[in-house]
Amino acid sequence: MKVHVTGLGVTAPNGLGAEAYWDATLAGRGGIGEITRFDASALPARLAGQILDFDAAEHIPSRLLPQTDVSTRFALAASEWALADAKVDPTALTDYDMGVVTSNASGGFEFTHQEFRKLWSRGSRYVSVYESFAWFYAVNTGQISIRHGMRGPSSALVAEQAGGLDAIGHARRTVRRGTPLVVTGGVDSAFDPWGWLSHLSSGRVSTATDPRRAYLPFDAAARGYVPGEGGAMLVLERDSAARDRGAHRVYGEIAGYASTFDPPPGSPRPPGLRRAAGLALADAGLTPADVDVVFADAAGVPELDRAEADAITAVFGPRGVPVTAPKSLTGRLFSGGGPLDVVAALLSLRDGVIPATAGTADVPDDYGLDLVHGSPREARVATALVLGRGRWGFNSAVVVTAVPG
Amino acid sequence: MSTMTIDDLRTILVSCAGEEESADLRADITDVPFSDLGYDSLALMETAARIERDFGISLPDEVMVELETPRALLDLVNDNLAGAK
Repeated sequence: MKVHVTGLGVTAPNGLGAEAYWDATLAGRGGIGEITRFDASALPARLAGQILDFDAAEHIPSRLLPQTDVSTRFALAASEWALADAKVDPTALTDYDMGVVTSNASGGFEFTHQEFRKLWSRGSRYVSVYESFAWFYAVNTGQISIRHGMRGPSSALVAEQAGGLDAIGHARRTVRRGTPLVVTGGVDSAFDPWGWLSHLSSGRVSTATDPRRAYLPFDAAARGYVPGEGGAMLVLERDSAARDRGAHRVYGEIAGYASTFDPPPGSPRPPGLRRAAGLALADAGLTPADVDVVFADAAGVPELDRAEADAITAVFGPRGVPVTAPKSLTGRLFSGGGPLDVVAALLSLRDGVIPATAGTADVPDDYGLDLVHGSPREARVATALVLGRGRWGFNSAVVVTAVPG
Repeated sequence: MSTMTIDDLRTILVSCAGEEESADLRADITDVPFSDLGYDSLALMETAARIERDFGISLPDEVMVELETPRALLDLVNDNLAGAK
């Protein structure tokens, strides 16, 4: 049984909606700038990939506004757009035939920290009853499920930046086990003062001040990453279900998935990214020669970039495959990063073009990478490999393939 | 404040829990069940917490969950306020 992607919904720092995001990405328009949510002037890092054009009241029902964190609002909007894109009317389908699988790395941070402030400054009687679930990693799955009456198998996965790919992998598994339609993806946001310090605690956030030079994955001048917010939601369907429904468009197939875990620090064993890539290709029944582009994790930290370059060249050979990282325009979106890269990969299949890695210009020769940078590259793209790494050892890989129309 | 009016309650409900698209809150809602107005038990708990703070009274959860209409809630609050005088 094949699992097809029939709808896309995007909330990204450089575009609301999949087409707006894709236009901006191909044009090299980014969403990184000085953080505006709070006064960060005294902090060492002040650049973020923020979504500045999202009017929650325009996209989210009034009843849901008092009970949702900004990240859940993004997830609800992206899901709604993905379902509309797929031309799915959930009220016309059986509730137990639709599931929801999302990933989330931060929970409802901003909401929670506002409630904590009330708790400490005014007392427990001032804390919102909605804090009981608005903080929770599974809240996006729950709210999407309730909003669209989707009562089939549903779950939530947490694996930092790798988690969004795990959600897509598990959604594919859920479809294969018998649920015809699953809404899946990931969204994160943590740009309140506490959330921002949580980002900085990784020690990997760029302290550069020029938005165009702050996040330069695979560049000799790489000095860290920029945190972003948002992500993407996708509609996955059993191929026959999509066909029976008369789905107007199939973006591609989720053809392979794998995840691995790194050995403990100090172990002589290598990190698990290479194994994840190889296992995902094997799961898809493909070989490295079949892959037309790799969407890299692109940590933007020299030793992590080198480790990823080593994994890619170990699988594909030196300069054996085009590699790109459009997330250089948005920052790293945590659980939203993988799904947004899967969207970019699917649109690369559709349009025959590989988006560029923004900013990066000077790739060390010994990385052995054919990095697409400067401008997009036209190419026949039938198969893409998307990689994600999460802090503390998570590695995930998804293979998407074109479906002959 | 010595009494709470239906307009006070309407304002608090919308502020605490938003407004259901299918419900017309501007109509006379005094005897319309909360469930028809789109308000669940959590929405009523949040509303009760606000009323307690604004009016300086106590509304136990186990009493709140039994209330079915705005009239029942208004009666409870106003009896409470009268007793507190």
